[in-house]
Order: sequence, then C-alpha cells, then structure tokens
Amino acid sequence: MSKKLISLADCCMAFDGELVLDHINLYFNDSEFLTLLGPSGCGKTTTLRIIGGFLTPTSGEVLFDGVRINDIPPNLRQVNTVFQRYALFPHLNVFENVAFGLRIPRTESGGGRKRKVKIPESEIRQRVLEMLDVVSLKGFENRRITELSGGQQQRVAIARALVNRPKVLLLDEPLGALDLRLRKDMQSELKRIQQQLGITFIYVTHDQEEALAMSDTIVVMDQGRIQQIGAPEDIYNEPKNAFVADFIGESNILDGVMHEDYVVEFFNRKFKCLDRGFAPMEPVDVVIRPEDVDIVPPEKGQLRGTVTSVTFKGVHYDTIVDFKGFKWLIQTTDFHPEGETIGIILNPDDIHIMHKSAYSGMFGDYSSYSEEYDDLEDVSLLEEGVGDEE
Amino acid sequence: MKNKRALFAVPYVGWMTLFVVAPIVMVVIYAFTAASGGLTLENFSRMGTYAVVFTRSFKLALIATVICLLIGYPLAYWISREGPGFQRVAMMLIMLPMWMNFLLRTYSWMSILENTGLLNRFFSAIGLFSLINGLSGASIEYFPMINTQGAVVLGMVYNYLPFMILPIYSVIEKLDGSLLEAARDLGADSARVFRKVILPLSLPGVLSGVTMVFVPSVSTFAISKLLGGSNELLLGDLIEQQFLGTAYNPYLGSAIALVMMIVVVVCMAMMNRFGEGEEQAVML
Repeated sequence: MSKKLISLADCCMAFDGELVLDHINLYFNDSEFLTLLGPSGCGKTTTLRIIGGFLTPTSGEVLFDGVRINDIPPNLRQVNTVFQRYALFPHLNVFENVAFGLRIPRTESGGGRKRKVKIPESEIRQRVLEMLDVVSLKGFENRRITELSGGQQQRVAIARALVNRPKVLLLDEPLGALDLRLRKDMQSELKRIQQQLGITFIYVTHDQEEALAMSDTIVVMDQGRIQQIGAPEDIYNEPKNAFVADFIGESNILDGVMHEDYVVEFFNRKFKCLDRGFAPMEPVDVVIRPEDVDIVPPEKGQLRGTVTSVTFKGVHYDTIVDFKGFKWLIQTTDFHPEGETIGIILNPDDIHIMHKSAYSGMFGDYSSYSEEYDDLEDVSLLEEGVGDEE
Repeated sequence: MKNKRALFAVPYVGWMTLFVVAPIVMVVIYAFTAASGGLTLENFSRMGTYAVVFTRSFKLALIATVICLLIGYPLAYWISREGPGFQRVAMMLIMLPMWMNFLLRTYSWMSILENTGLLNRFFSAIGLFSLINGLSGASIEYFPMINTQGAVVLGMVYNYLPFMILPIYSVIEKLDGSLLEAARDLGADSARVFRKVILPLSLPGVLSGVTMVFVPSVSTFAISKLLGGSNELLLGDLIEQQFLGTAYNPYLGSAIALVMMIVVVVCMAMMNRFGEGEEQAVML
C-alpha cells in the first residue's frame, strides 16, 4: 500500500526565468488518491505535467519506481492523463476514442530482441466495453463525441485513459467544466473507480471541497511551494500556516502569544488550547473555525461582540461579529439579528495555534466580508476562463 | 419580412442575381440554342471532337493539384509548428506574389522558360550544353521548356500553390494542442500522432485547398496561352476562342462551359461527400 511509486526530488521549474516550482520534494504512494490543491498559478498543473512527461523540470529528478524518467517522453510512460477539457478525438466515435491507446503496438524486448506486439482485436473490444461499463457508458460505443453531454465526455476521457491500465492516472481539474450537481456525482464516481481499480490517482484542483471529499492525501501548494501535506482531516484541523487555514475552509485568524504549553493569549485574555511545543511568549497565529464558535448570552461569554451582518446560507447563517474592531465569521444555525450583542465561548479544541509565517496577517479578517466574498467568486470564475499556468 | 436584418443581404443578393445567376441561365440557354436560332442538342453532339482537350485539361489540372498538395501540405504543417513570428513572416512570403498581377507573374515565367530565356542562357553559360553535346555527340542549344505541358503545370502550381497552403495551414494551426498531447499520452509516437490525429483532422483544409487549386486550374486559359502556346490548348482556351477568337460560336462555347461546370461540380460533390465526417469534426 505505501510503496513509493513516483518521487519528485528537489524539482524546480522556471518559465522564462520565472520560478514556477520551487524545490518540490514529493512522493506518491501506490494506489493512493492524492490531490494537488492550490489557487491558480500555484504550480499544481506544472507538477502534473512534469509527471505526465509534457514538461521537463529545470532541475531535480523525477523517479518512477526508483528509476529516473526525466527524459522519457509521455508515450513511453506508464502514466495516463485525463485532460482539463477532455481532449477527446472529434473524428473518432466513443469506442475508437477509448481504443486509441490499445491500438498502438507496444515494443517488447524479449530475449535480446525488440518486437512490436499488437493487442488482438477481440481483446481490444472486450477491454473497451469493460471500461465503458466501469464508467457507466454501456451502449454508447457508437456515439459521436459531439453527441455526448459534458459529463459523458468526461467519462469517455476517463475510460480512454484507464483502459491502458496505467499505474498512475493524472487528472487535471477534470470536473471544472461540469455543473455543481454533476460534479458531486462524478466525485463519488471517481472515488469508486479509483478504489475498484486500485491504482494511483493524482488529482489537480483548486476546489478545496472536492479535495477534502475525495483524497487520501492532500498537497496544498502556493507560489510554487508545498505548504502542507496530509490527510484531509489533518489539513483541515491542523493547518500549518495562515495560507492553508484560509484556503481550506473559512478561518478567523488572530494574532496571539503562546504563554506556555496549552495556554495562548489573544484579545488580552488567556485561553486554554491543545497545542504545545512553542517557545515561551512566541507570537503565533490563532485559527478559529467559524463553525466551532458557540454563541451564548453576552454575560456568559468569554468574549463579547456585536453582530454587524447576517447572511442566510441554507444550512446555517454566516454571522459577522465585531470583537474590538476585529471581525469574525461565525457560522451558526441560530439567527442573531444585526446589532445584537452576543457572547462566545471557545473550548480548547476549538483553538488551533500556528507558527507565524510569510502569510501571517494576510488572511482571516472578515472586516470587508461581503466584498471579499464577491471578489473570491469573481476570481474563481476568472481562473476557470484563463486556465492554469499554461 | 421576418427579419429586418435580411435587408442587409439585398446588395449581395442583387449582385449575385445579376452577375452569377443570370449569366449561368444565359449559358444554359445558349448551350441549347442553334446558331440559326431554335432549340437544339447539336452543340453537345459536337463535343466529342474536343474530347482530347477535355482530357488534357483535367489531366493537367489534376497533376497540378497533386503537386500543390505534395508541396503545400508539408510546408503548411511545418509552418504551423513554428513560432508565431516565423508564421507571420512565412505567410507574408507566401502571399507576397499574390499581390502582383497574375498576368505579369505568368509573363515573367515566359521570359524564364523561353528557348533564349533566363534558364537556357544560364545553362549555356555554365557550359551544360557543350558538355552534353560533347558527351553524346548531339547538338542542342537549349532545352525546349516553353510551350510544353510541363510549363503549363508549372504555371498552375506557381500561381495556385498559396490556395493550397493557406487553408491547410489555417486548419492545422487551429488544431487543439491538447489533442496532440492526449495522443502522446496514450502512447502514440510522433509519426502515429500525425497519422491518426493531425492528418484526419486536417482533411477539411486539404479538401478546400484541392478545390481552390483544381477549379481554377481546369478552367484557366491565360496560363496555357502564355506558357503552353498553341499546342497545349485547354478548355479555357477553347471556350475563349468561341467567344473572342476567330471561331466565334458562343453557342458551342456555352455548351462546353456548361459541360465543364457540371463535371467540376460532380467532382467537388464527390469529394465533399468523402470529407463530410471530418468537416463536422473540425466544427467542434
């Protein structure tokens, strides 16, 4: 299970002198679902293209089963890709698209001689139909690509890659073009296929929810560097720095000082927490997730604040609360109207402490909440249009 | 009128009616009219006399088209793989000759190919003829190049090559790069990527290139007149003679034009049928 299949050793990538990947060290285990997660331009697609063989790193090594493959072209790698916009062959029907890789004669070197081996037509047919069954496209083999919906094209792209039985499947934001409902369906579908076939999936996305839902391991990237590697729960509960805390879910990030193990001070008040191993009186970033905050009557609260805006979100209310000029986002199922004074209680396990980093002070304040929300949505739209660091 | 914007089409429709539809109708009427007036099929029954011109025209146009394709496709492919700056310059160079007058260009080939033309003078100057004569005992003073079928084909290729390159280039240049990457990813080497992806997807460009070279080649009269002399009469020359020449007979001329048009239309329809699937593919 935990065999290292692919490793990137100290990989750097520069385009026109601009560093896109900055000393990446990363390994991918056999049969794991690993997600490269980060905003547009963070280097995740570049990393994927290096593994696929479409880019050669400026420095560093790419190892497959311990063998250096920097200079092996994509057609000779045991890796297949599902492309962002599917890249299905428009002149071929569904069957021929899926069969494309199988029809290519493989060179086998047996007994000192190299010979070309073709897969017999009957086996091709069987494998294609099997794979179409796996992606729930039975009976679609004679359709033209143009007759398929986005979700169906997506499935063809997955079948076309998987039918070659690669050791690793690379997926470059494969669900980006689908609507929300279809995305959710495909997420569980992909997870099912991965578990059924037991091969390694390396998945690139900027959608943190998608990453949390599907992955065994998440690699959070920003500015060409790996910010954190870990299981979805660890990444969410124990973010390493303000960037990760902000990018994965919503976070209130405050300046604090660690007095001693398990004791942190912010807003001139000491709180118990579960973190230790910090230097005495070390300045730290304190993360409080909006859903962890308990709202109580003002007189019972550890802190007191005023509600400045409320937005209904379906399951919960996004409530913005002003604490001494610092605005928090609190998610609660109870409605507290604008102007109400409330108290809050923070339990030790609601508080997460991080070392200061280059990202400190950049995130986690909801003072300009509504605008920030709008901006974020605009940015994600733009990203999809522009594509990722191409 | 359902759509007010249809008004914008009026000038073009008027133009088409006046200068395309009306002449074709007139050609059809003339083709079935006897010199003495009255309906007749005589113009068509005389066509057999000109079978040799028909065959020659189609043969030379076909050869020219094939040569254009053989030169044009690789060139277009190569250009489309290069950087944008190179592509611009290359396109400029290909279009440049087209900005000069067609007749002028063809005349210049005359002075190159003539018996006392540039090429023969060059061969003579480097002593090629004395060498050949010395070796074989012959006494040639020039290569006969002008007034041959070869010269006519050369003229066609020279003049119509850009019409082959441009459509092929624009199709290949627009090919989605991720399709090529996908093919590589699935295990195809460069040769296979070309055969299985680039070539089939560029067929629409090839089809329009072939049409744009073949049709003007088969009906040309200037090229054959200037480079083929009186020996290598083509359909275009034949038709021209019926209207402007000594053999004045617009009825026969119309009949020849009509037959040629029909043959060309049938050829093109067959080709388009053949390429229909790919055409849709590129519309994606």
